Amino acid sequence: MTTVAQEVSVERRRRQWEVLPYGLVLPTVAYLALFFAWPMEQAFKLAFRDGGAWTIEPFRTMVNDANFKDAFKFTMLLVVVIVPLQFVLALGMALLINSKLHGRGVFLAIFIMPLAISDLAAGLVWQSILTERGYLNTVLEHLGLIDQPYIWLDPTKPNQLLFAVVVAELWRSTAFVMVIFLAGLQGIPHEYGEAAEVFGAGFFQRVRRITLPMLKPSIQVALLFRIIFAFEAFAVVLAITGRAKTTLATEAWKWQAEYFDSHVAAAYSALILVLSLVSAGLVVFLLRTPKEQMAR
Amino acid sequence: MSGERGSPVVWLSRFGMYATAVLVSLFVLAPIYLMTLAAFSSQEDVYAYPKELLPRNLSTETMSFFIHFGGVLDALQRSVVVALITLVLSLAIGTPAGYALARFAFRGADTLRLSVVATRAFPIVILSIPLAVIFISWGIDDTAFGVSIAHTALALPFVVLTTSSVFAGVSPELEEAAMTLGCSRLKAFVKVALPLALPGLAASAIFVFIVSWNEVFAASLLTLRHRTLPAEVLSLLEGAPVNFRFAGGFFLMAPSVIVILIIRRYLFTMWGRVLK
Repeated sequence: MTTVAQEVSVERRRRQWEVLPYGLVLPTVAYLALFFAWPMEQAFKLAFRDGGAWTIEPFRTMVNDANFKDAFKFTMLLVVVIVPLQFVLALGMALLINSKLHGRGVFLAIFIMPLAISDLAAGLVWQSILTERGYLNTVLEHLGLIDQPYIWLDPTKPNQLLFAVVVAELWRSTAFVMVIFLAGLQGIPHEYGEAAEVFGAGFFQRVRRITLPMLKPSIQVALLFRIIFAFEAFAVVLAITGRAKTTLATEAWKWQAEYFDSHVAAAYSALILVLSLVSAGLVVFLLRTPKEQMAR
Repeated sequence: MSGERGSPVVWLSRFGMYATAVLVSLFVLAPIYLMTLAAFSSQEDVYAYPKELLPRNLSTETMSFFIHFGGVLDALQRSVVVALITLVLSLAIGTPAGYALARFAFRGADTLRLSVVATRAFPIVILSIPLAVIFISWGIDDTAFGVSIAHTALALPFVVLTTSSVFAGVSPELEEAAMTLGCSRLKAFVKVALPLALPGLAASAIFVFIVSWNEVFAASLLTLRHRTLPAEVLSLLEGAPVNFRFAGGFFLMAPSVIVILIIRRYLFTMWGRVLK
């Protein structure tokens, strides 16, 4: 909360510089209006308008397309499998870094390395590992676990393809969640955990009763971002599975880049938007904090 | 669990923590190592099986094959150009807004902050399709500039939020002191706030560069013959030889890892207020 002195100085500055802040934010607002809000409106028109009339034809084409069901199912599956796994992993990593481990600076540096790696790069990295004549089979053969290369990325085995994409995404995007958790953990006073420990709370009890509730705002932010990004899964799937598996974003991309039909592409992206917004709403609703607890 | 110091339980749990940390580190590092190894293996090693796991037979053959494959070299240059234009545009436009959010309590500030965050809920997937249509009618389709415009729309919210965090970490009293001593508002900003904020701003800029360097969806929809590196790699992916994939993966991965190691000090400064 702001102190009285801060409030007085803020008040003083407000009176002196009433127009300046608006001038400073104007370029951003103008840019986002022109290259964000307006294209969004155009996307809406592409999906719903044909000439001067309303239409749902693009959506009909989308739903009746042979790939639609696969794309929808695989996208949902990715979100549902990746996000929970990665939250557990990220929480563990953040707790490790936040503990009194020696060399935690080094561990942190390692943990955040994939933070900026793109999904295309991650796809290529894991493709090189999982491919038939790749590194995983090499290691397994050295260990004597297999005597001929196993085909991990078998286009006829959907579960293995799902597993491959999940591993690649866990590897790439868990660092993002961990950074958010770590920032949240550092805002929790050590005294809370210590007090609970004095009263005999074990490690898991402390995590459940203190860490997780205090971390709720961070969990909310991380969930929002990760779910939205997971709905956009695209290049990682193309790089690992080729065309054996498809996602909603891949279909949007194909309709635009290969079939040159912006209307159906826009319908796919509208569906992604609706799914993102609905899950964002769910996250906000399910993890809402009652007003009286908002003292921070 | 809260046994005495030095008791077997405490020792065991500490050992477990180190073991977990080492295991997770291996999970993170091994793929980076293997991709690097693959990219610098010789022509025979690329196709060999079982693969060489140690850097015994390093060679630049695979990398030079990749760089001279198709339009990769042009795409590489174009990616750098696109990322630089994006960086300049988004910082020039976004930094003033970040400064305003950090320094002034003005009507609409919270709305602005919220709507800037909310733009991330509208995926690039949705933005790219109408932009592809609009850019054709404007005649800037298939150009580096067009891709930068889309990337700036993507990076701008990030720049506004992170620069606002950075400026919030620079005490306003210092600027006020400079103004008391006769500096104009602008001069106080340039002479006092800007130098102090510079490392954080640089970190933000580097991150913008990598956001653009990585982006493939919009880039591949907005270009056809003049592709950026990720778009070029994506378009050649099907039926591309193994050495192309190995070197391409490394080329796309390496800058991101290096950049994160450079700016890691500033990660939490940048994100500090974004996450509250």
